[in-house]
Amino acid sequence: MSTPSNTVPGTDLKSRVTAPAVITASRRMYWSVRRELWEHRSIYIAPLAAGAVFLLAFLTGLTLSPAHWHKGLDTPYEFAAALIMGTGFIVGIFYSLDSLYGERRDRSILFWKSLPVSDLTTVLSKFAIPVVILPLFTFVIAVVTQFVMLLLSSAVPMGGGLGAGTVGSRMSFVHMSLMVLYHMLTVHGLWYAPIYGWLLLVSAWAPRAPFIWAFLPPFVIWGVERIAFGTSHFLGMLRYRLTGPEPLTTTARSGNMMEMISALTPMQFFSTPGLWVGLAVAAAFLGAAVRLRRNREPI
Amino acid sequence: MACIEARGLRKAFGATIAVDGINLRVEEGRILGLIGPNGAGKTTVFNAILGLTPYQGELKVLGRDPWTERDQLMRDACFIADVAVLPRWMRVWQALDYFAGVHPRFDRAKAEGFLAKTTIRLASKVRELSKGMVAQLHLALVMAIDAKLLVLDEPTLGLDILYRKQFYDSLLNDYFDRSRTIVVTTHQVEEIQDVLTDVMFINRGRIVFDCSMDEFESRYLEVMVNAEQLAAARAVKPIYERQVFGRSILLFDGIERQELAALGEVRRPSIADLFVAVLSNQSSAAQGGTR
Repeated sequence: MSTPSNTVPGTDLKSRVTAPAVITASRRMYWSVRRELWEHRSIYIAPLAAGAVFLLAFLTGLTLSPAHWHKGLDTPYEFAAALIMGTGFIVGIFYSLDSLYGERRDRSILFWKSLPVSDLTTVLSKFAIPVVILPLFTFVIAVVTQFVMLLLSSAVPMGGGLGAGTVGSRMSFVHMSLMVLYHMLTVHGLWYAPIYGWLLLVSAWAPRAPFIWAFLPPFVIWGVERIAFGTSHFLGMLRYRLTGPEPLTTTARSGNMMEMISALTPMQFFSTPGLWVGLAVAAAFLGAAVRLRRNREPI
Repeated sequence: MACIEARGLRKAFGATIAVDGINLRVEEGRILGLIGPNGAGKTTVFNAILGLTPYQGELKVLGRDPWTERDQLMRDACFIADVAVLPRWMRVWQALDYFAGVHPRFDRAKAEGFLAKTTIRLASKVRELSKGMVAQLHLALVMAIDAKLLVLDEPTLGLDILYRKQFYDSLLNDYFDRSRTIVVTTHQVEEIQDVLTDVMFINRGRIVFDCSMDEFESRYLEVMVNAEQLAAARAVKPIYERQVFGRSILLFDGIERQELAALGEVRRPSIADLFVAVLSNQSSAAQGGTR
């Protein structure tokens, strides 16, 4: 704290360190993402909390009435993963809606723009949070939670039916983890990209209340289409975006995302036109968000 | 090369013209004060210079077009918009880390040196700091950047006089050298009078006065005239006249000191006095310019 600073004016000029003149684009991106994590700690706290709460409930159920657990929840591991991923999804939505709106509201956009970071880098770093960072975090937290569950259920002697045997009967632990990772990267990272792109666009544009601006237009389009043409293509499109491509929905059982995705090979997934259309739409939304960020002033 | 060069710079918000065809040239190594009433267009000019707003006309800052090359421009230029823009959630060490991470000309050790002279702790959040400390922090960050151009828009707004004084002192002593350029606006004109090398007045989107401080000091003189000499003094054609405690104070442009000494007590006018004179002359129509 008490760094002696004997900077004599005048000698400054000669002793000034010429900083490394080049800062790579990836370095700027890294620090931009890090600063998002500093600001929005809910990105990792919320999924962690979801995991912790689930483990607490799981432990309580396990010690009080293992039989009840066995009946009530036939797939506790998948339920844990779904709960944590769901939390991550919700955090991603609220994060995206706030990211480019919040910096305008608190005027800090003037501070960020005073640094040599382009609008493109900024928008991409904010986009990376819901499509890369959150899926990876939720994946790690989900797998750790499942692992602790595994340890807990084998440690509690009464846990009989929920031990490693249960997992083993369905799939191995490693297999299950890989499934979660695959699901996170494909569905949350790629398939949902246009959803996050839309939210970022609204966040960059909205003069106020980004939440309403994000959800009202789809509602209005649905209503207008229904009244004017009596069709619901738009709603079908949204549902398709939320639930996933066709082969999934037909083979899937009881709407369990994990089951659905395991029914789809990477080959099938990457040859779905809907994926590429979605990515193109996401790119268009992001491009518009970059332009808007350049133009927009603090609110 | 001029640091800032604008020709016919114009910006309108709907029917309101904020900047009305400004021509501007700021050479390297100057400290320019841009003085103007509220709503004169100062902030709009700054925003155009910093690439924060699109504009009409020609504008080059450090040889770049600020609107299309803002991120590259910010390697050589930095600005303090006003004290309220540092993100309130940020911790001091995070600001240092981030600057070191993204800014090629940021000298972290230097920033830490500046901060060590203050009571700011590295673990503090911006929201926990007082207004004066936030200004100190921002200044420490900016002064640690080896930039060519520093733009300050009301940097000391809302600070008490001690912090204001300190702010400009450290700017002059620890930062400014002849290779840098500083452009500053403030309403506390008196406090920066001795800091500036050049001064410009802006009113209703136009530059209405522009001169160097050397020229200002050699050209303008103020005389406190007694009632009996008033007629004689008025004959020398003052550019402005005001009353203080029943005595008249006349402002002259380009009259020799000896000539004025006979009329009363001669002294150097403040920028604020000249500013009032220039603006009142402007509004009382066709006074035939200021130069």
